[in-house]
Amino acid sequence: MVVKCEDVWREVSNYLEGDIDPGLRAAIEEHLRGCRHCMAVLDGTRNVIQVYGDERMYELPAGFSQRLQKKLEENMPRRRGTAFGWMVAFATAVLLVASFELGRAASSSRPQLRTEHSQPGSGVPSGMMVIVSEKGKTFHVPGCTFLHENDGLRTLTAGEAEREGYAPCVRCLRKYLKTKTIACKGSIRYPVEEAAYQTAVLDGWN
Amino acid sequence: MPAEAASQENARGQHEEDLLIQRVRNGEHELFYQLVQPYERRLYATAYSILRNESDAEDAAQEAVLKAFKNLRQFRGESRFSTWLIQITVNEARMRRRKEHAEIMEPIADSRDEEGNYVPRDFADWREIPSETLERKEVREQLIKALQDLGAKYREVFVLRDMQHLSIEQTAKSLGISSSAVKTRLLRARLMLRDLLAPGLGGNWSSKLSFAKGTKPW
Repeated sequence: MVVKCEDVWREVSNYLEGDIDPGLRAAIEEHLRGCRHCMAVLDGTRNVIQVYGDERMYELPAGFSQRLQKKLEENMPRRRGTAFGWMVAFATAVLLVASFELGRAASSSRPQLRTEHSQPGSGVPSGMMVIVSEKGKTFHVPGCTFLHENDGLRTLTAGEAEREGYAPCVRCLRKYLKTKTIACKGSIRYPVEEAAYQTAVLDGWN
Repeated sequence: MPAEAASQENARGQHEEDLLIQRVRNGEHELFYQLVQPYERRLYATAYSILRNESDAEDAAQEAVLKAFKNLRQFRGESRFSTWLIQITVNEARMRRRKEHAEIMEPIADSRDEEGNYVPRDFADWREIPSETLERKEVREQLIKALQDLGAKYREVFVLRDMQHLSIEQTAKSLGISSSAVKTRLLRARLMLRDLLAPGLGGNWSSKLSFAKGTKPW
């Protein structure tokens, strides 16, 4: 299959999201090796997705949180009775302590977990754009329900995510984790070949 | 098993959120801010991207949070709570934009024919914008400026998908358009932004800034 520049521009999103069949991916990569212009388009698009996907892009205006809390307080149904107030205070305190303890337990057991307990993926296209969270240990496609959404999200390539010790999500990128299990059985050839193919065609990436 | 560990880790965060939702529904209204606090920056960013104005964006985000509180019983847990919040914010911001007839002010790109392929304008070797430079305000401002130069329909898709990390289907549902329209607009938005940010393309950088004359802040 031979592709033209126009084909590359049309497929650049699908290419970066890994939503493309292997034959077309290989043809695009062949084209990219000889086309500096298309490589510039691809590099720029990848970079755009990466920088805009970073949570640091927007700063909240000063005092935003306080004003939001005030607005909520003003619009909430009032409750009476100090007993209830004390119950709320107590419940909040319990929740805070519980979340602190949970957070402490999680953080004390997490630092080495990202690499030690993660199952590396097999054949994830290294140029595919994925999302990671600061405290998570797996990388995801956008919209994955396993994504920790309040941990400082970043967009980066799967290759970079793997270098940082992230592993493919067991939900949204399961197909790249299956390979290892199936390959061990030695009975189904396709995933092994697919992984080898991906490795081969993606050599040009780095 | 790593799969189990990851599931458990996720389930715990999700469980805490579900528990909070249930408690607010049961009358502990004071906990609602705790529920939305992790997402307030995302809600503001979503509203800002649509309204392009700080105070309007803050008003819209506040109103969306209030509506979420009042309609919390309608949240069925079919999507993430954050996705639900973002969808309410999108509706609120779009409603305000319609009210103010701001569409008239939209850039010309908005009226372009969506059919046909987008042809990139700049083919110079790409100069990487490192993520670390986002710490610098002038870089963020230039990136936001480029985003604001996109037409609304491209900007909204780009913001929901690439900045808020919604799936194609969630983005389509939030905006009331088809998944294929999301994909088409997303591709255009990405390519247009790339062109706007490409080195050497004159006129897109504010002349007040030191890097306007041929050099970039990264």
